[in-house]
Amino acid sequence: MATVDLKDVRKVYPGGVEAVKGVSIAIPDKELCVLVGPSGCGKSTLLRMIAGLETISSGTCAIDGKVVNAVGPTERDIAMVFQNYALYPHMKVYDNMAYGLRNRGTPKDEIDSRVRSTAKVLELSHLLDRRPRELSGGQRQRVAMGRAIVRNPKVFLFDEPLSNLDAKLRGQMRVEIKNLQRSLGVTSVYVTHDQLEAMTLADILVVMNAGLVEQMGAPLDIYEKPASTFVASFIGAPPMNLLAIAAKPDSQADTLEKFFANGAGLGIAAPVLAATLGFRPEDADVLGEGEKPSGSLKLPATVEAVEPVGAESFLYCAAAGGRIVVRVAGRAVAKPGDSLEVLVPAGKLHWFDSTGKRV
Amino acid sequence: MSPRVVFPNRVLPYLLVAPQLAITLVFFYWPAGQALYQSMLKEDPFGLKSKFVWFDNFKKVLADPNYLYSLKVTVVFSVATAAVAMGVALLLAVMAEKVVRSKGFYRTLLIWPYAVAPAIAGMLFLFLFNPSIGSLAILLRKIGIAWDPVLNGTDAMTLLVAAAAWKQISYNFLFFVAGLQAIPKTLIEAAAIDGAKEMKRFWTITFPLLAPTTFFLLVINTTYAFFDTFGIVHAVTGGGPGKSTETLVYKVYNDGFVNLILGSSAAQSVILMVIVIALTAIQFRYVERKVHYG
Repeated sequence: MATVDLKDVRKVYPGGVEAVKGVSIAIPDKELCVLVGPSGCGKSTLLRMIAGLETISSGTCAIDGKVVNAVGPTERDIAMVFQNYALYPHMKVYDNMAYGLRNRGTPKDEIDSRVRSTAKVLELSHLLDRRPRELSGGQRQRVAMGRAIVRNPKVFLFDEPLSNLDAKLRGQMRVEIKNLQRSLGVTSVYVTHDQLEAMTLADILVVMNAGLVEQMGAPLDIYEKPASTFVASFIGAPPMNLLAIAAKPDSQADTLEKFFANGAGLGIAAPVLAATLGFRPEDADVLGEGEKPSGSLKLPATVEAVEPVGAESFLYCAAAGGRIVVRVAGRAVAKPGDSLEVLVPAGKLHWFDSTGKRV
Repeated sequence: MSPRVVFPNRVLPYLLVAPQLAITLVFFYWPAGQALYQSMLKEDPFGLKSKFVWFDNFKKVLADPNYLYSLKVTVVFSVATAAVAMGVALLLAVMAEKVVRSKGFYRTLLIWPYAVAPAIAGMLFLFLFNPSIGSLAILLRKIGIAWDPVLNGTDAMTLLVAAAAWKQISYNFLFFVAGLQAIPKTLIEAAAIDGAKEMKRFWTITFPLLAPTTFFLLVINTTYAFFDTFGIVHAVTGGGPGKSTETLVYKVYNDGFVNLILGSSAAQSVILMVIVIALTAIQFRYVERKVHYG
């Protein structure tokens, strides 16, 4: 059991490309930290540096309080699940799982009992004599997990482990990974580009962008209070609606009427410096007939497309300031081409300044 | 299996394979048949008439101690050449993979020797290791090794193996490099995280996954050592000293073209053909079973 501490970690490649530009994350014991971000944001590089597969250009990485910058992956006592699983194709499932234990000189009968009990937990017992190519994608994924778990390492590292599975299996494995991680109580770092995985798995969620940490915290805190337009549009599906409003650098608070044409604001004051207004699709509603709202943002919009998902429907609309998505429960009444008024309670509005930071 | 494409034309397929068939027939089956026929003939010393003697030539050849000795020489030479050529090539390929900068440059340099003709390669080694004028022979003698491939059979064999292997290393290197590149990097990384040190990783992951390449090269190298080394033997030792480096192929040449015992020479080449066919069959039947194809 261990903590993982990253202090101002940087990665500069020989060509001069800076993939990670100073990241500090402290992961407490037994917690699952998810690194999420678009491709190329440096999340995988960061994970590989924790694994010891990439050297750390500057800063420190400490596992269990011990700085491991100079320790090779062989001695870090970590286990990693790769995106392509990286199972040894010439070995049977049993040997794949036993390999790490054998390398560490574990006695034979202990290897056997540990491999078999892990296989039982993961429902792999009947597959132990097969080779990886004889397994389905989901089974391979399980073997990769088993290979990590059986070693009982200090830290688990997951590099987009579910991205090669179909949607249903992915949902299933997500729950399973969370349960396993919790019951084994092993500190974990999980890299993904899928915000749903990130939200559901994380104890600590780290949103990365262009080599830097954009925001870090509990998933729901990040969801409720995104620190920037980047986080706002990355976390949540569909993403937060963002509308540009004219920023007035040193003015006092302005009411929204000034920014939207046909008297949309209904007396809501925009904070100083606000340049972007945001709200979540699920916080918006369609104004019903005869309703007289107060304290809400009222936005005239034209429906462009309707996506019925079943329990809910998404209305894709064109409004003053940009395109927005509105979530309505159940079946949508509106049709493409309809004009309607979108209503957002004042308390559900998010404000960002011209650099994208939350106001 | 992917669905087969069916062409309705009945003549065209035969026409398309005809050139390949013609080449195989004219350049392989015809000479092979000729050799088979010749191996059952016996000619008089002046080459005026020949007589059909069935398997007499084979009986004679197989009972000849010189021939059996030559067989032994060939086995030693082939095994040593294949082992050295493949071992060194594998080592070089693994090392070349580790080079970070100007990888391509190193690789190109290592591939060049393959372009050298066998006889030239032989001459090169002959000069380098010539006991009286060879620069490397002098070095060997300076460090206290009595080196004389002209008189000592073992030295001659060593020189021959070195020359033959040297030429084949480039070829093997090329395939090993390609084989190494085909191994996913994440497998090696996974093994590292699984606690396997470098040597262990090589023997438990890299080497088994290279098996298809190694097997292919084993077949190619044995065939090379058996057949294609005539030029090197001819240039370096000429089968000597005595008959200590007279391989089967060289003996076929010597008996047929120098001593003009055509019947016996033909019988020997038929035996050689059978040996190589058998060897390849054995390799495919027993060794390939242990090979894991990705």
